[in-house]
Amino acid sequence: MSAVPDPASTSTGSAKFEGLGYYWQVILAFAQNSLIRDMTFRTNFLLECVSSISWTMMNVGFYLIVFSHANSIGASTGWGKYEFFVFMATTWIVNSLVETFFMPNAEEFSELIRTGGLDFALLKPIDTQFLISFRKMDWSSLSNLMMALILLAFSLWQLTHRPENPLQLHFSILFFYPLYILCGVAILYSLTITLSATSIWLGRNQTLYDFWFYITNFSRYPMEIYQRGWGMALWGTFTFVIPVLVVVNVPARLLAQPLHPRAWWEWPLAGFTVVAAILSLLASRWVFQRALLSYRSASS
Amino acid sequence: MTALATELSSRLMTWWIILRIALEERLVYRGDFALGTLMRFLPIVTQIFLWWAIFESVPTAAGSGQTKALVGYSFPDMVAYYLLTMLGRAFSSMPGLASGVARQIREGEVKKYLTQPVDLIEFLLLGRVAHKLAYYSVATIPFALVFFLCRGYFSSGMPDVYTLSIFIATLLMSFLLGFFMEVCLGLVGFWFLEVSSLLFVYMLFNFFLSGHMFPLDMLPEPWRSLVEYIPLKYLAYHPAAIFLGKIPREQLLFELGIEIAWLIFFVFLARWMYARGLKRYSGFGG
Repeated sequence: MSAVPDPASTSTGSAKFEGLGYYWQVILAFAQNSLIRDMTFRTNFLLECVSSISWTMMNVGFYLIVFSHANSIGASTGWGKYEFFVFMATTWIVNSLVETFFMPNAEEFSELIRTGGLDFALLKPIDTQFLISFRKMDWSSLSNLMMALILLAFSLWQLTHRPENPLQLHFSILFFYPLYILCGVAILYSLTITLSATSIWLGRNQTLYDFWFYITNFSRYPMEIYQRGWGMALWGTFTFVIPVLVVVNVPARLLAQPLHPRAWWEWPLAGFTVVAAILSLLASRWVFQRALLSYRSASS
Repeated sequence: MTALATELSSRLMTWWIILRIALEERLVYRGDFALGTLMRFLPIVTQIFLWWAIFESVPTAAGSGQTKALVGYSFPDMVAYYLLTMLGRAFSSMPGLASGVARQIREGEVKKYLTQPVDLIEFLLLGRVAHKLAYYSVATIPFALVFFLCRGYFSSGMPDVYTLSIFIATLLMSFLLGFFMEVCLGLVGFWFLEVSSLLFVYMLFNFFLSGHMFPLDMLPEPWRSLVEYIPLKYLAYHPAAIFLGKIPREQLLFELGIEIAWLIFFVFLARWMYARGLKRYSGFGG
């Protein structure tokens, strides 16, 4: 921090207050603490894993039933059974990452505002948004990530090994798929933190979380299903205004749909996703800081 | 004679007061209520588009110029089905009931019902009736709005008076059945202190097998036959199927009889569990 070293500080003290390494260490400490907390109640942890896995299995069951009656989601959209399972696995990967890292914090944030506990977060010598966003991790949500990876591997194996027209994967997907997963997580994170930051103005707003659920609900399906009639308005809104539709669609499409032929709009859409992710992050940062300016402490 | 009359009138008075308190309690947050109800219809929008897309790729029977159908449901039928299950769930879902009962047992609140002349199950039932009445008084507007906007999906129109009255009867019964099933689950709390995992399993099966997620006709055998024998289908699938004419007219009364039998079973089960549970129950402290 200061040019003059503080004699009282140890070697691990204030000198490390800057730089990414410091933030990384803090994240690791948060992760460790959360894991310790989760492991204190092991049965509870296991039950939570089982419960989130059961919900996902139920979803698989539903689509297995659907695909026993129909051969794809939409005519000639290319979302056949295993393509759609890749899509679903992608949804879970993104959602489980958001649920592991950000959802518990967003919930906590509203509570901190209501109780005035945010004072202590503001006092800490670290970026407040960073502190608020990463404090807690819900490790049990990662069980869904495991399930998603299994489903993804299984579906991809099916797609690449089918007798007719097997899917060919380009090695660049190893770079692009994780990149677009990260973009998706960034967009959803921005939405979460923006929604919870508004509780500074609104006091406490539980319906916001319902709102969050209902908005992300739109992101769970291939965007082609909206591209008709008055669905175009929905498609436009959730692609360009609140870009939740690109969160899953872009990475899933890159992975599950054949390289040739790519529709003309796919690469522009992919480019747009990166821009949307960056803009969402910036917008959430702006909203967060504006909200902090309006924060009046409570009950201290 | 007069003793009986006073007994009865004081009973009715108690019920009325319980009902009124619960109603007033519920109507405090009516704005939030109406908004929440309207939002609950949002997933229907995605469901409409999803099924629209699915129906496009349902193979048609070769040569037949008929509209595409999936297990007897056309696309408008499917949307109508989802709307009707929402209505069914508005009657049969009991948020927080079982966990509330279990909590009252765990925290010793049950003592209250042992010392006061109020019966636990009676009190809860009246509370729920009030809850639902308050809910409908606010939720009717969003429900009517959504059903009006979606009237085009009810392609076969209104059912006849006979079917309609059975439909309304099943809706009312689904409320009672949902109530007593959840109370029984909550009363398990007398034996196990923590019932949340049991409730979770129930919720999971409820969601999948009540027909809330999809019409039960889509299930492959043997599951299709199996769900006929468990009472969950009365909570969502059954009323909707009656309205859409999926159940043969001559079977309607028979099905109603089975539903009544299930209801009686669960009423007695709840009574019995409560009586047995109280024998086991021990309350400490003040």
